[in-house]
Amino acid sequence: MKDLHSFLISPAEAAQQHGPHDRIVMSSRVRLARNVRGSSFPGWAKKPERVKVLEMIQPAVSSLPQMADSFAEAMDNLTALDKQILVERHLISREHAAKNVGSGIVLNREESFCVMINEEDHLRMQALRPGFQIREAWMAIDRLDSALEKKLDFAFDNELGYLTACPTNLGTGIRVSAMLHLPGLVLSEQINPIIQSVNKLGLAVRGLYGEGTEALGNVFQVSNQMTLGEAETVIVERLEKVMSQIIEHEENARQTLLEKKPKVVFNHIGRAYGILANAHSISSKETMNLLSLLRLGVDLGLFPNTRRALVDELFLTTQPAHLQKQLSDKLSAEERDLLRADMVREQLKDVSRPVTK
Amino acid sequence: MLCCVCKEKPATVHLTQIVGDKMQKLDMCEECAKAKGINDPTSFAMADLMLGLGASQELDQSAAGAELKCPRCGFSQADFKKSGRLGCPECYSTFAEGLAGLLKSMHKGTRHVGKAPEALRKTRETVDRLKTLQKKLNKAIETEDFETAATLRDEIKVLSNPAPAKAAK
Repeated sequence: MKDLHSFLISPAEAAQQHGPHDRIVMSSRVRLARNVRGSSFPGWAKKPERVKVLEMIQPAVSSLPQMADSFAEAMDNLTALDKQILVERHLISREHAAKNVGSGIVLNREESFCVMINEEDHLRMQALRPGFQIREAWMAIDRLDSALEKKLDFAFDNELGYLTACPTNLGTGIRVSAMLHLPGLVLSEQINPIIQSVNKLGLAVRGLYGEGTEALGNVFQVSNQMTLGEAETVIVERLEKVMSQIIEHEENARQTLLEKKPKVVFNHIGRAYGILANAHSISSKETMNLLSLLRLGVDLGLFPNTRRALVDELFLTTQPAHLQKQLSDKLSAEERDLLRADMVREQLKDVSRPVTK
Repeated sequence: MLCCVCKEKPATVHLTQIVGDKMQKLDMCEECAKAKGINDPTSFAMADLMLGLGASQELDQSAAGAELKCPRCGFSQADFKKSGRLGCPECYSTFAEGLAGLLKSMHKGTRHVGKAPEALRKTRETVDRLKTLQKKLNKAIETEDFETAATLRDEIKVLSNPAPAKAAK
């Protein structure tokens, strides 16, 4: 059995990964939902049936050339902390982390493919890419799917396409998404009209812990909602178009803010720097929101000697499970806040004050 | 503000999503949010919760009534109302009637366009054709038009077994 932590790319390395437009698009993902014929969906199947499906699917996935060097494990063999770390890495869903016997994952070495077995569907296959690469992600997962269909008998209906546990995923079973960092649109209060127009196109914009549409760390996930009645390539192309426009709006918003309201921008970024570099207790939510501003500061050239990777690494290492993993003792939330602050101060000790000339 | 689920604890998790012209808000306590699997912005399918799938979603009542059950897995309409998910792939034909309206409101179309497993891709057209013929055949039998029925039956036979027919040529 491989150890998950020696297998996973370190946060520092993960933060080094680059892709097109990565100052705004943090990552791209395409997932396909598939089920095998003749078995109940995981939510309805009894334990023995789920185990049987897992035992059939896991070797099939592991045998694919794309997964030659992979981490394959049953969910009940992973600790709660391991699962949480996978969630924080965006490799598995929250729902999947709650699974135990009869569910599993197969993750390849590059972390460009992660397959969840017996999540809501028998198979949730994801291709992940840094930056704005949804088309590349689609092509990669399409190939993986084509290779896998030779080994497994997928439930497919001539009329309805790929059959999924939830009717919202029926047809193509595709979800194309990207995580966008949009502090410029949030600061300039343009984010709501943008979200509304994106929604009108049948796309979803998600955020959490937000009042209004403010998302944690100004990170928004844009994805398609409809999966039936449109070909995968059409969906990918539409998302590409819409996301390109959002990227352009974000770039414009940043430029306009700097020209018209430099004091507002400097104030936000300066305060974020001040708190992060000097706090002795800080929650994960506050950290995310302030790191977002620090990231914006790096993008705008306010921290000329700092790389974005430093901020991106902190985005990951300050999350509860990643923080907990570095310690042997189980910590309470309050203790974690102290430790998080210590870590952020240490990481930022060589970052000098923002240059606001 | 109290949690909108348990109505006991203070709400600390606030969700907002705009779908189409509708803005929906949820305020929940941490436990209820966790129970609903709402904790991670990237994986959380808010749409599933908010678009009304699950609790408020119902299949149109079919002729067989609420007692309709999937012959393969035993899943019933009541189960769908509870979870918003189906029991097995076969459920789609069991509940086809009730699902039609739901799918229409949910998706761009009601017929799959796009990728199909390669093995099926070749036969997809044939299957389409067979379906239409079968429909015609049923109608012919119903109207006691046995002459047409016989022709249709022969056509179906040829289509279902195209390889040997061609080889004989």
